Amino acid sequence: MVRARGVYKNYGRLQVLQGLDLDVARGQVTAIIGPNASGKTTFNKILLGLVRADRGEVVVDGHRLDGSSSYRAHIGYMQQAARFPENLCAYDVFRMLADIRGAAAGRDEQLVEEFALGPVLRTPIRVLSGGMRQRVNAALAFLFRPNLLLLDEPTAGLDPISSGTLKDKIRQERAAGRTFILTSHVLSELEELSDRIAFLLDGRVQFSGTQNELKSLTGEATLERAIAHLMRQAPKAAAPTKTTTTP
Amino acid sequence: MTTILKIVRYVILDVLRNRWVIAYAIFFLAVTDVLLRLGGSGPRALLSLLNVVVLLIPLVTIVFVTIYWHGAREFNELLLSQPVARATLFHGLFAGLIIPLSLAFVVGVTIPVLVQRAADAETLRLLALMLVAGCALTAVFGALAVLIAGLVDDRLKGLGIALGVWLLMTVAYDGLILWVAMTFQDYPLEGAMLALSFANPVDLARVLLVLRFDVSALMGYTGAVMQRILGSPLGIAAALGGLAAWSIIPGLFALRAFRRRDF
Repeated sequence: MVRARGVYKNYGRLQVLQGLDLDVARGQVTAIIGPNASGKTTFNKILLGLVRADRGEVVVDGHRLDGSSSYRAHIGYMQQAARFPENLCAYDVFRMLADIRGAAAGRDEQLVEEFALGPVLRTPIRVLSGGMRQRVNAALAFLFRPNLLLLDEPTAGLDPISSGTLKDKIRQERAAGRTFILTSHVLSELEELSDRIAFLLDGRVQFSGTQNELKSLTGEATLERAIAHLMRQAPKAAAPTKTTTTP
Repeated sequence: MTTILKIVRYVILDVLRNRWVIAYAIFFLAVTDVLLRLGGSGPRALLSLLNVVVLLIPLVTIVFVTIYWHGAREFNELLLSQPVARATLFHGLFAGLIIPLSLAFVVGVTIPVLVQRAADAETLRLLALMLVAGCALTAVFGALAVLIAGLVDDRLKGLGIALGVWLLMTVAYDGLILWVAMTFQDYPLEGAMLALSFANPVDLARVLLVLRFDVSALMGYTGAVMQRILGSPLGIAAALGGLAAWSIIPGLFALRAFRRRDF
């Protein structure tokens, strides 16, 4: 579904991605894990065309990224912290994106109910709580039944019920064959949801494989401990550690 | 409907619900009404209004658009994660901001003129010219605001620069013109004055109306020079062309920055 080769990105003197290679398998949930400033969000934004890579090749669903926008019709994106025009209501935002995508875009009308947005659908977004805005954000990501979903810290700011709803939704859509890329610092959540792990450090993928492969590589029983193990090895990892990739 | 128009529609919907835009329209409505009541004839009231227009429209537009553009950054991310080209979003946002601000000004000024039946033929001609000048200033300072917001990531710094540009073009520039006129009074200055007025959109808008009001002597040296050199119709066309260039050129630089930026 996603293929990245030799991707570099610098922000001024800050080197964020330094030759990132990653394959994301279709129909699976891939978790991108890494310390702060390891390049997780930058990689997601490169996939969306929000950030341009300095070098390297990225292919999304057979489309080589070249600055065009049409391929994004098949992508859903949930930002870490969404902000919407304050005087619009959630209903306006849903309609706006539906208008932009055109009538042909099949909509998941159940989402309003699933994320319990009915009572606030026509309330100006400026008066909604942060958690409620995040629910709107989550519903928008799934709204057009995209093939690929990029969810950046998706449960941050959600209450336990909404967080559970979102996780159920991810499982349900994964079962329907959709591909997910998840970034989160809540490792228990990623352990629960993800099929594959990509561990980023210093702008490179230090490990890519299934959870079991990671656990057996590190000899640890949980994802959290396995990631901690990789991070402890970080200084040694100047030379890349074992990388198993499955296209 | 094209994607640009769809974006314009929703941005207008958002901006028209903004209480500051409503207050802006009410302010013009009140000021025009008071000036018409106190100022006697329509043209005299509009001449008084001119000074408010050339100061307030640049200020409100540059501040409002800079703040809005910075505030829309995260939502722009969401829109750009849709199948929307950057240029499309840029044009949609820009038009969506400029149209309601212009509309607030047009409605605010026109309603009192019509209600008070101050609309004789001469007043209507002047009113039309003032509306064009006001809308052109909105487009110019909107384009400058978008350029500032696109180049300066820090919101406060962006707002500071926007206010600086407004001060420079509305207040400091007159001082510069006076200084040039005083310092070089022994030299022929017509050409230099003409060039200087094209270098400032506020001056251009002022000149545009001054030529029509035929009170150039009251409105500054550049107006008098322009009227003498270009004469009214050519002067108006040149001033309008200058204002168009002042909105298009910064707008194109802003679009270039928008296309290249990392969100």
